[in-house]
Amino acid sequence: MDVLVFLIPVSVGLGALGLVAFFWTMKSAQYDDPQGDAARILRDDYDDNPKPD
Amino acid sequence: MSVSDHPSAAACPGCIALPDIARRVEKTRSEHAFDVQISLPSIHCASCISGVERGLMQLDSVEDVRVNLTRKRATVRVAPGTEPDTIVHHLERLGFEAQPLDNATLTAGESDKQARDLMMRFGVAGFSSMNVMLLSVAIWAGATDATRDMFHWLSAAIALPTIAFSAQPFFKSGFAALRAARLNMDVPISLAILLAAGMSLFETINSGEHAYFDAALSLTFFLLAGRFLDQKMRSTARSAAAELAALEAPTALRVVDGDTHTVKVTDVSVGDILLVRPGARIPVDGDVIQGASEMDRAFLTGETDPVAVAIGAQVRAGEVNLTGPLHIRTSAVGPDTLLHGLADLVSVAEEAKSRYNSLADRAAQIYAPAVHLLALIGFVVWMYLTAGDVRTSLNIAVALLIITCPCALGLAVPAVSTVASGGLFKRGLLVKHATALERLAEIDEVVFDKTGTLTRGTPTLTNPQDLPDHAFALAAALALGSNHPRSKAIAKAAEGFDLPDVQVTDIVEHPGLGVEAKFQGQTVRLGRAEWVTGQGDSSTCLGIDGQDTVQFTFEDTLRPGAAELLQHLRDRNIPVMLLSGDAENPVAQLAQDLNIPTWQSGVLPSEKAAVLEAKRAAGKRVLMVGDGLNDTAALAVAHVSIAPASALEATRVAADLVLVSPDLSRIQDSLRIAKSARKRILENFGVAAVYNSIAIPIAFVGLATPLTAAIAMSTSSILVSLNALRTR
Repeated sequence: MDVLVFLIPVSVGLGALGLVAFFWTMKSAQYDDPQGDAARILRDDYDDNPKPD
Repeated sequence: MSVSDHPSAAACPGCIALPDIARRVEKTRSEHAFDVQISLPSIHCASCISGVERGLMQLDSVEDVRVNLTRKRATVRVAPGTEPDTIVHHLERLGFEAQPLDNATLTAGESDKQARDLMMRFGVAGFSSMNVMLLSVAIWAGATDATRDMFHWLSAAIALPTIAFSAQPFFKSGFAALRAARLNMDVPISLAILLAAGMSLFETINSGEHAYFDAALSLTFFLLAGRFLDQKMRSTARSAAAELAALEAPTALRVVDGDTHTVKVTDVSVGDILLVRPGARIPVDGDVIQGASEMDRAFLTGETDPVAVAIGAQVRAGEVNLTGPLHIRTSAVGPDTLLHGLADLVSVAEEAKSRYNSLADRAAQIYAPAVHLLALIGFVVWMYLTAGDVRTSLNIAVALLIITCPCALGLAVPAVSTVASGGLFKRGLLVKHATALERLAEIDEVVFDKTGTLTRGTPTLTNPQDLPDHAFALAAALALGSNHPRSKAIAKAAEGFDLPDVQVTDIVEHPGLGVEAKFQGQTVRLGRAEWVTGQGDSSTCLGIDGQDTVQFTFEDTLRPGAAELLQHLRDRNIPVMLLSGDAENPVAQLAQDLNIPTWQSGVLPSEKAAVLEAKRAAGKRVLMVGDGLNDTAALAVAHVSIAPASALEATRVAADLVLVSPDLSRIQDSLRIAKSARKRILENFGVAAVYNSIAIPIAFVGLATPLTAAIAMSTSSILVSLNALRTR
């Protein structure tokens, strides 16, 4: 049972990490345009490594 | 692209000329670029986004564009001095329907903040309930003694701060209700959460067996989900309504010493002289002091034919100036105008409407006291059975409060409304009022306005095929020189015909009369018959030197989907009535075309409201569909009302739903969805009743453990949410 001493803080910590990530997404307005974001993902305008023509 | 990427302020010639450059640079930078909001009602896909964004970036004056597809809106950062109109014209050339929005009217910030706040609490509750649930699983799996206590303490450490933060909206609203000596849904919710947390803490301290931290948290979580959906739906409707209002940035042209300045309508005062150009709407009530024109009063009276005005005539806010520029002296502004007077009638009728009790409210009125009573009975009975064991009795009472989780009310109704209004939004209908859908599901009669509602309110030429080619070609050439709706109708009709080429010169528009031009040395006139031929009426004629007159006849065209909608209503045996302020002939014609047995013409605004009032007194639940200011009072009196988006703001305010799409047949979708939504809500209440009738006895005899509570509560919440998704 000693392993719980590590596992519980780890699980709570991971959860807290998720919560922080959620706060960040909300602060950076990522829920403002869900439909637009779903459509934008299909566009190649923001491609980091575009194929050479 | 940010502001700093742009040429420095010193590049602007105006800045160099000024002595205090530093101050000037500072000022220019803050004013450098500004945001323009553009409404894009027709965009729907990824290629629309890139079309708009790439298309606008081609313009030199545009610095940045961001399209929001959810709101069908674009935020455009433009260089100073750029007119929103240039952006709109550019977009129209690219094939996108666009309209500029007034930034000042568009203050949806407050509701956004609330939604964000609720989402934050929702996220925290979700995080905590997951973690506590995880710890609870260990306890349910059979942890005992010191291990169980440790898990309980850990749960408490996560749950208590979370409840303090996340459940605040319920505590606040519940407390407010108690202080006003009322009971609302938030009272049992707050009590359940607080008692569950308090009792669990007590059990933890005394190393008891059961703690309900997870139940308190998941209750908070599910109910916040419902609250969030509710808020989201309302803020969508509100921001859409604000957007509609922002479409008409109200400005006026004030004439001072021969110069005209654009001013806000709110800055116009009585006695000011305003210039109203042809095609513009009169912003205030006033008297014509210069010029002559024709007015479109369809919004006020329902009358489709334009009315001629000259010096001395009275004009009202909301009328549209058709042919000639007018100078008017303001006699009433803002709240004193006739337009606002009509809008005020609405607020009186609105009062009556807000008394409508939604299904959820009615259920909550029974539910809240019932749950409290039940918990109290449980406590008293167990006190008697255990001969005064407060701890056991309180445990039972808390288990009862938790297990009668009001998820069906707190989550299911908002979920159904959100799905329903989301579906309607996609079909081009905005639900403005919270109880509009419920009222729409109950209607048993429909009353329509004519002009602008069943018809487009713009005339079309009815006899193009009977016209001699030569005369038609001449008329079309003349019509191009005028903005009059009939001229537009002639020009539009001519597009479909192969007409000979005619050249006319010296086109002059005579306000209130018609258009005159030279053709092969002769004077050609298109306009009122009495002006063209020297005699006759106000019908439209073409004449060459007063001879060879050709008559043009016009008719208002039906809105798309009107016939379909009426057929649908007939199929469902819903009586339909036509109530119009227009003259008898066009109304009778339309009633015949659409097969509407009951109609009234020439109805005054107050009479319209009286007809609706009489129907209401007779116990009828009427849906009123209308767009004019003359309909405003009637819209407010009706059980539920729909206005097209083309209506004036005052009218849209009075309506419960706004039809954004031009297609009238969408109204039958709204009727179907409203019925379906009502059915789902009632079904969800049924689910809740069945669930409670099983869960309450179990909790009452003391068999409810935190595990059974968690399973039962989640199952009922998921069940009602899934049922809500069936709303179509």
